Amino acid sequence: MSLPLIMFLAFIAATLGITYWAARRSSGESAYFAASRRITGWQNGLAISGDYMSAASFLGIAGLIAFYGYDGFMYSVGFLVAYLTVLFIVAEPLRNTGKYTMADVLAYRLRARPVRAWAALSTLTVSTFYMIAQMVGAGALVSLLLADAGISFSGAVTAVGGLMIVYVVFGGMLATTWVQIVKAVLLMSGTFLLSFLVLAHFSFDLGGFFAATSQVSYQVDGETITQNFLTPGLYYKPPYGALDLISLGMALIFGTAGLPHILIRFYTVPDAKTARMSVFWAMLLIGAFYMMTTFLGFGAATIVGRDVISSSGGINMSAPLLAQALAGDFFFAFISAVAFATILAVVAGLTISASTSFAHDFYTNVIHHGKVRSPGEEVRVARWTALIVGAVSITIAIALGPTANVAFLVGLAFAVAASANLPVLIFSLYWRKFTTRGAVCGLATGLFCSIGLIFVSPSFMGVDGPEVVDSARRMIQAPAIFPLKNPGIVSIPLGFLAAYFGSIFSSEPLAEEKYTELSVRANTGLGAEKAVDH
Amino acid sequence: MGFDMNRWEHIYNSPTYQDMIAQKTRFIGVSTIFFVAFYFALPVLVGYWPEVMSREVWGVVNWAYLFAFSQFLMAWALAYFYMLRAKRFDETSASILAETADTEEKTADKEGR
Repeated sequence: MSLPLIMFLAFIAATLGITYWAARRSSGESAYFAASRRITGWQNGLAISGDYMSAASFLGIAGLIAFYGYDGFMYSVGFLVAYLTVLFIVAEPLRNTGKYTMADVLAYRLRARPVRAWAALSTLTVSTFYMIAQMVGAGALVSLLLADAGISFSGAVTAVGGLMIVYVVFGGMLATTWVQIVKAVLLMSGTFLLSFLVLAHFSFDLGGFFAATSQVSYQVDGETITQNFLTPGLYYKPPYGALDLISLGMALIFGTAGLPHILIRFYTVPDAKTARMSVFWAMLLIGAFYMMTTFLGFGAATIVGRDVISSSGGINMSAPLLAQALAGDFFFAFISAVAFATILAVVAGLTISASTSFAHDFYTNVIHHGKVRSPGEEVRVARWTALIVGAVSITIAIALGPTANVAFLVGLAFAVAASANLPVLIFSLYWRKFTTRGAVCGLATGLFCSIGLIFVSPSFMGVDGPEVVDSARRMIQAPAIFPLKNPGIVSIPLGFLAAYFGSIFSSEPLAEEKYTELSVRANTGLGAEKAVDH
Repeated sequence: MGFDMNRWEHIYNSPTYQDMIAQKTRFIGVSTIFFVAFYFALPVLVGYWPEVMSREVWGVVNWAYLFAFSQFLMAWALAYFYMLRAKRFDETSASILAETADTEEKTADKEGR
């Protein structure tokens, strides 16, 4: 049995143990959806980090920096700064006024059915798109890492999907939380060790490290060129590079605070104070991690080299190959297992956010007008939804195949979260005259503009050269209509404007009246959902 | 939720509450404008003035890298200031809740229960 496979199995055994433990603890609605609201501040901080730092961060950013230098680091910056929006604007009021989902906050003073229906649609869109991107990535990565164990792409996708379904269906939020905590600890230690070894390689001379970074050699069309990797503009090139960077920045900064799987984490803690503390912990961890992507990425560029990475698995293998170059097969296996854990924790978080939203917002409140017929029905529906969402994602990921170009789906998830979810969250918490029509206009506009613009952007439209394989070709072989890869710069303002004008042209006395109550709840925590004893 | 509707109004209209909201809004508003401006200065400067940002400051390390690095310190510092400030808001809101709970009990007493 290969070393990576043994480590993968060890992680799977540990997480199944967690799931078994979580499933045996007392059940109930608040236990299933919100881990009984008894997660502590630092635990939730770790879980948020585990929920957030996806394989796209760990492998993707390390790879981008290894291949394009500085521009890849721009992602790292945005991923951390985004948490200031979470900390200042959403975490505490959300915990104080909601129960299980983002839509709870909106439905507080607006008409529940239309608002919840649209919010659920937006949540399901964000979660499933994000998940499909993760699953395709996971399948490609796991089959590559476990190539000698004979694991195929579809086998890997099925395994990842199957595990995430087991965590969520049997262990609910408690199991998901602890899988995310274990992953965060593994990811942080793996990244720290890698960074330490990179520095040791340069005899702990930061000047020498950066000097090497400023002279990276690689082959382009058979010729060796030397490039300063600290120079901006190697990835985002003119004419639209600068605008694309700003657009991406907007999606990150305003999207993180609208990601449903991050938002529901705040319902797992006892009160708003703990929610705030958990964002602070998460910021320390996430910041430390993204700072270290400097060492991962530049380390891979200087120690392994772009040419070697390209010929042994491609850009996403930068971090594992760096581990192998620095400390051999055992460390390669460990870092591979960390990547595997990273993917599993994120997809579990996405699955539970999608199933919670469907069961709580759509099934209970839209279809059954908020009346639950029997205790435990909402949980039962959520479990079935998790199973279905998982099965659908597995099927789509296998159908797309390992070479499918799905990276844009992550960008799309952030763009929808920023354009549809954040405007309505902000307005319903801070603007008395916000109305149901405003919320529906904002959600619909944000959702459809982001998706529409992505469809005509270079991620979807463009003329591929003959060397591109069929499955990786873009859907529409014509020049892109919208020049930017990320729609944020257009769709985010449109989302805000639609929510604003929708409210201006309607009036809702009841919503205005209830603002007083919402404000007091949001700011004092009076009447907030309490933690539950076992 | 079992609370008298008047209690929400009562708290909302109290000067202590209004004062806290005003302070909170000011702090969050100013901090948000600051961090958004600081953050977007990075892609704007790097995107439109790459030559300037590529100038080396410390050895081979250039302005672009240092400015990106400073974003991490900025985010942590701002989060830390907010944590300090929020502790005071917690105290204020706790005292508002205690006060209104008192007055409700007192009025209940006066009504001769």
